[in-house]
Amino acid sequence: MVPLTYYLALSFILFVLGITGVLLRRNAIVAFMSLELMFNAANMAFIAFARQFGALDGQIFVFFVMAVAAAEVAVGLALMVAIFRTKRGINIDQMNSMKG
Amino acid sequence: MITAGTIVFLVLALIAIGTALGMLISRNSIYSVLFLVMNFGTIALLYLVLGAPFIALTQITVYAGAIMVLFLFVIMLLGGEGIPGHEPLRLQRPVSLLMVTILAGEALLVIGLRYAQANNFIPLEIPPATYATPTEIGLLLYSRYLLPFEVTSVILLAALLGAILLTRSDQPSNRKN
Repeated sequence: MVPLTYYLALSFILFVLGITGVLLRRNAIVAFMSLELMFNAANMAFIAFARQFGALDGQIFVFFVMAVAAAEVAVGLALMVAIFRTKRGINIDQMNSMKG
Repeated sequence: MITAGTIVFLVLALIAIGTALGMLISRNSIYSVLFLVMNFGTIALLYLVLGAPFIALTQITVYAGAIMVLFLFVIMLLGGEGIPGHEPLRLQRPVSLLMVTILAGEALLVIGLRYAQANNFIPLEIPPATYATPTEIGLLLYSRYLLPFEVTSVILLAALLGAILLTRSDQPSNRKN
């Protein structure tokens, strides 16, 4: 088996790649996908620690993270459809006014 | 010392990082989604290696299955696969690269100081055969974590209602806060 540090390093690399996508890409859907990548990086750290300490609680927590992420994706994509109707685009720079 | 486990881990990790980079770089959003599906599949394999079969299969059905199909639906609905980028804000790129570099340095420091000591490179032990079977997870989920489990159902219901309200078409100006 591989040491815990390797998994933490991989999780950290994926998290940094995800945050790079959120900060750099201006297509809102791609920024959103980078957010999912960050969720997954955190989940991997949870699973690795759960394995290290022999406790199942980390895996249960990942289960809840997945459920909340699914809810968040549903609402977020619905918001994007609503924004696309009024703005004719999903560029992040266009979303600069509070009232539609 | 290179064992078979290390080789498996390195190959999977390289695929995961490569597909994440591909997701970031590709211009077409459809390619980004497909790269991300492959990334999630690779991470599910790593979960299997870590002894979490239930979470690995949930990852494939929920993430790679449901969520990414939702992304594909929305991209095709909006025709957003090739939306041209406008002029970027002037300082956005350098400032965000700077912040990412700071974050990376910080995390490297933490991993280097805290986890790179010799006794932290002891390989993980093989868990007992009953570790993380679906039975164990179900018992824990319905006993100690019963309340969070019920709260999750309320969250999913709220998301369902929110998605329906936000995309209703007989209401041209969505004035929901």
